[in-house]
Amino acid sequence: MLVALPILIPLIAACAGLAAAGSRPLRRAFALLGAGGLLVAAMVLFARVWTRGTQVLHVGGWPAPVGITLVADPLSALMVLTAAVLNAAVTVYALGDIDARRQRHGYFSFIHVMLGGVCGAFLTGDLFNLYVWFEVMLISSFVLMVLGGGRPQLEAGTKYVTLSLMSSALFLSGVGILSGIAHTLHMADLAGRLAVAAVERPWPATCAATLLMLAFGIKAAVFPLHFWLPDSYHVTPPAITAVFAALLTKTGVYALIRVFGLVLPPSPYLFGLLAAIAAATMLMGVLGAVAQIHVRRILNVHIVSQIGYMVMGVALLGAPDPATRRLAIAAALFYVVHNMVVKTNLLLVSGAIRAMTGTELLAGLGGLATRAPLTACIFLVSALSLAGLPPSSGFWAKLGIIQAGFEARAWLLTLTALGVGLLTLLSMLKIWNEVFWKPAPADGPVIALSPRRRMLLLSPAAALTVLSVLIGLYPAPLLKAARRAADGLLDRPAYMAAVGLDAGGTPRGEPAGETGP
Amino acid sequence: MNSPVFQATTRVITPLLLSFSLFMLLRGHDQPGGGFIGGLLAVTAFALYALAFDARSARRLLGVSPRLLTAVGLSLAAVSGVPALWWGEPFMRGLWLPLALPSELKLGTVLLFDVGVYLTVLGSVLLTLLTLSEE
Amino acid sequence: MLIVMALLVGALGAAAFYLLLARSSLKLLFGLLLLGHSANLLILTSGGLVRARPPIVPRGALEPPAGHADPIPQALILTAIVISFAVLAFAAVLVKREYDLTDTDDTEDMRQTWL
Repeated sequence: MLVALPILIPLIAACAGLAAAGSRPLRRAFALLGAGGLLVAAMVLFARVWTRGTQVLHVGGWPAPVGITLVADPLSALMVLTAAVLNAAVTVYALGDIDARRQRHGYFSFIHVMLGGVCGAFLTGDLFNLYVWFEVMLISSFVLMVLGGGRPQLEAGTKYVTLSLMSSALFLSGVGILSGIAHTLHMADLAGRLAVAAVERPWPATCAATLLMLAFGIKAAVFPLHFWLPDSYHVTPPAITAVFAALLTKTGVYALIRVFGLVLPPSPYLFGLLAAIAAATMLMGVLGAVAQIHVRRILNVHIVSQIGYMVMGVALLGAPDPATRRLAIAAALFYVVHNMVVKTNLLLVSGAIRAMTGTELLAGLGGLATRAPLTACIFLVSALSLAGLPPSSGFWAKLGIIQAGFEARAWLLTLTALGVGLLTLLSMLKIWNEVFWKPAPADGPVIALSPRRRMLLLSPAAALTVLSVLIGLYPAPLLKAARRAADGLLDRPAYMAAVGLDAGGTPRGEPAGETGP
Repeated sequence: MNSPVFQATTRVITPLLLSFSLFMLLRGHDQPGGGFIGGLLAVTAFALYALAFDARSARRLLGVSPRLLTAVGLSLAAVSGVPALWWGEPFMRGLWLPLALPSELKLGTVLLFDVGVYLTVLGSVLLTLLTLSEE
Repeated sequence: MLIVMALLVGALGAAAFYLLLARSSLKLLFGLLLLGHSANLLILTSGGLVRARPPIVPRGALEPPAGHADPIPQALILTAIVISFAVLAFAAVLVKREYDLTDTDDTEDMRQTWL
């Protein structure tokens, strides 16, 4: 039951919020209750998985592979916990940032539905449900994208909806082909059967894998499928951008890690392609930021570049040595967690800057280092962490990825990763110089924030900064968690045993009810 | 649309459609039907009404806001899995009341789930439809 | 039969992308609709076009009768249809709102988010 709570709590909080949308104190109370409840459930789940191993829930009592199985292995638990922490931070921020009209239209409810979808995607044990949870997440993100907005938001929404639907169609096609090959979509079962089927006829599985890669690639915004992200993420209020940046693209990365790490048989062609994509994504993301003059757009283009590092971890699954593969996945997971924290934080800071000055254009900003020293401090710490300077959390994240790259002898990829880190630093310095360091423009208005609003806007960013610094100073616990998650992911027999399947694919002690025609 | 014939027919058909949608909802566990189809049928009843008269009268006929219906439906569906925990069964296991009704109807958590789906579909589709037809 | 289905999937997909690339936002909507159909047909085809018995466990038995159809493609398609129905309803509202605001369905004239 514990496994279902991270899905149920947000959904119920969403319903409560929707029913009470007319009352300001009630909807705010439900927002905080939902976020807090999810955080507690995620922590308990993580602790349980950490001490007692993978937790499995066969929904309705139907055994795998027939029924719906929710699986909380260390990877899922880690992702759910990170999502819950960030959601709590952004919820507090949103109380100060999201206007009353958007709140009345159900902002918090849609955030909660999205969280339910994200947690469902992290926890589900079969591809079919992964598709369903992705759609739950996407539909609520569509609403959030256009919520209460004028023309720019509607236009960005149209682009986003179109691209998402294309990715869903590709995902569906890939899943359909896999079910045609193996007659099951249960991840553990599918992994076993595909490994057998791919020996005889590798091409159908590779074709399906390519479709899935494209679908998750669009969701994760990798080059050359990234163009929708910088075009749509900056039109929403900063709180929504922050939650999108924290959860949506990372769910795509999670799906890539899960599917390529656990389900699909290794294919050198695909891992080669992924390596090229990773390098191009890192590079194009960081170069694309050069031309931007809008704070949040710069940060959004950097999301793309950072996704490249995570995809690099997935691409290194093609390494022949199992130890290198484990290292690569662990590094990618560390990177995902670090990036979710830091990126969300930077976007929250950009929102605070907008609230204080009324603009996000670099030309209209300046002098905030003296006028808003706390904000400047938070930005600097997060920006240096994003660029990967020691001793920040980003340093350990990049170190891990680069170490894995060297061990896999992927020289070109690793050199790109190193170079892009330097360019990221330049890009962050550009924001620092323009927004904080240069003298304030003469006509630059400064909006005095009420102490309460200032508290709501800055305290989550401060908390996330502390978290990021802590990860930087004591990386060992997160490293250990990432390593365990990677071990759990790559140990296919253990995963199958945990959900109650033999390595052959039939459930233990049950008649084989699910063989193909 | 301002056609007396259409309006008069709609007055007759709407209750029929609504009762048929309930019938579809209740037979759904063992036979074709269920919450989704029932909900869609109920939507057609309201959509027809909105076509014959206007969106506002359809809203009045519904009585509650579609958004509230969606919220109640979603919570019903989510909560219907919880009673199983009380009896030590896994989450979402279907439980039936040991009642022999004089028909094929069986009462239980599965029906509760279906009612939740029915309300969710009715609420969310009507929300979209009425939003589209107003203004 | 297989080749007919394959051609149909391809034709639907091609038509979908043709419509998606058009400048009208209404055509975009139809393109998305066709894309969903193409994916659903692909699932149906790859699941195997065979005549088989319904995958229903008879009373008293523990497993479905021999030679039953694979239920997964059908369940998958059914779910996908429901989901695409919901998403397209949302997209229709979106396109309508945008049309109301801009008085055009030409996506090129709507452009505003360049900054």
